[in-house]
Amino acid sequence: MNIIISNASNLPIYEQIYAQMKNAILLGDLSEGDLLPSIRQLAKDLRISVITTKRAYDELERDGYLYTVAGKGCYVAAKNTGIIREGQLKEIEEHMREILRLAPACELTGEDLIEQFRVIIQEEYQK
Amino acid sequence: MNAIELNGVSKRYDGFLLDNVSFSLPRGAILGLVGENGAGKSTTIKLIMNAIRRDGGTIRVMGEDNTTPGFQTVKEDIGIVLDEAYFPEVLNAMQVGNVMKQTYRRWDDGVYQNHLQLLDIPKKKVFREFSRGMKMKLAIAVALSHAPKLLILDEATSGLDPMVRDEILTLFNDFTRDEEHSILLSSHIVSDLEKVCDYIAFLHKGKLVLCEEKDRLLEEYAIIKTSQSALDQLPVDTIISTKSGAYGVEALVRRERLPHGMQTEFTTLETIILFLAKGGDRA
Repeated sequence: MNIIISNASNLPIYEQIYAQMKNAILLGDLSEGDLLPSIRQLAKDLRISVITTKRAYDELERDGYLYTVAGKGCYVAAKNTGIIREGQLKEIEEHMREILRLAPACELTGEDLIEQFRVIIQEEYQK
Repeated sequence: MNAIELNGVSKRYDGFLLDNVSFSLPRGAILGLVGENGAGKSTTIKLIMNAIRRDGGTIRVMGEDNTTPGFQTVKEDIGIVLDEAYFPEVLNAMQVGNVMKQTYRRWDDGVYQNHLQLLDIPKKKVFREFSRGMKMKLAIAVALSHAPKLLILDEATSGLDPMVRDEILTLFNDFTRDEEHSILLSSHIVSDLEKVCDYIAFLHKGKLVLCEEKDRLLEEYAIIKTSQSALDQLPVDTIISTKSGAYGVEALVRRERLPHGMQTEFTTLETIILFLAKGGDRA
């Protein structure tokens, strides 16, 4: 698994770890039951703060991507696809609402937006 | 469990006051003490070692009050490097090792030899002929070779070239792979601290301005560059301190208070510290 911490990124370091580990899990690079590096080991290998790494692991655990066995370490949790799908649907909806918020500034109606989206879909599928 | 704990510590010298300083270094972490020359960093370190008398407050090191007789045993667990390394001038590194073998109960000659090798310290040269970099490296090698649990370093990286500094920072990083190991280091080279520290404590004119998690600081604060009129439109509690120039103004702001999409500059710990120090003067 690769984890790239970028100082040029606007994302806080813990979010960078969170996103990359989450992706590795969702894409199957890490599978259920895999032992993850310990917080301290990962922090020292990446040369970042232990506290920041712990925060990333805490969030991953809270969101159900990993679980901790006291005295043993952190493991990749079984994927609960329902919850993940739910989260992604919600994210799509938020993006759509964002579009709607921006539209009036450009005097675009709902119809215009739908038309524009059709064009984009076509373009994407033709690639 | 804290490796070091300062509670309301004060020390008065003629023309200087270390004023009611409290902070702690959790076990397993690295804390960087920053501040300008004369801010009180070395005084704080001397107080932690109980090398000078304090005027108030309490200090616990590895859980032990440092004024009790029990602190003598705690000292075995502390590796200390001061801003000047003092070893007898006529001894070479090997002979310094022999002296230390008699000094520390847990001295490990194998580890010492290893560090001499790793840090490229000449074995036969006498200390008098050492460069500043070599002296510091020798002091660090000694500090690491008696199985310490806590390292205390005063300006250990200043005056060294970037390559050596990086080697030393790597050593510190590896030292804390063990969660029982902690480090307190002071420096005015903020970028060095930014590379290794978990926590930053900022002393300014004898007062502790802040003690916070390093990455939180970088998340919490940002620098923006804009015009005075644009700055005036921001909510007052967004802005912490400002620096105006002829063609615009720079400001240290709270990131979360900024309007969405506002451009921030690439913010380093050093700029944050500089702004906080200047802001502190004005307040």
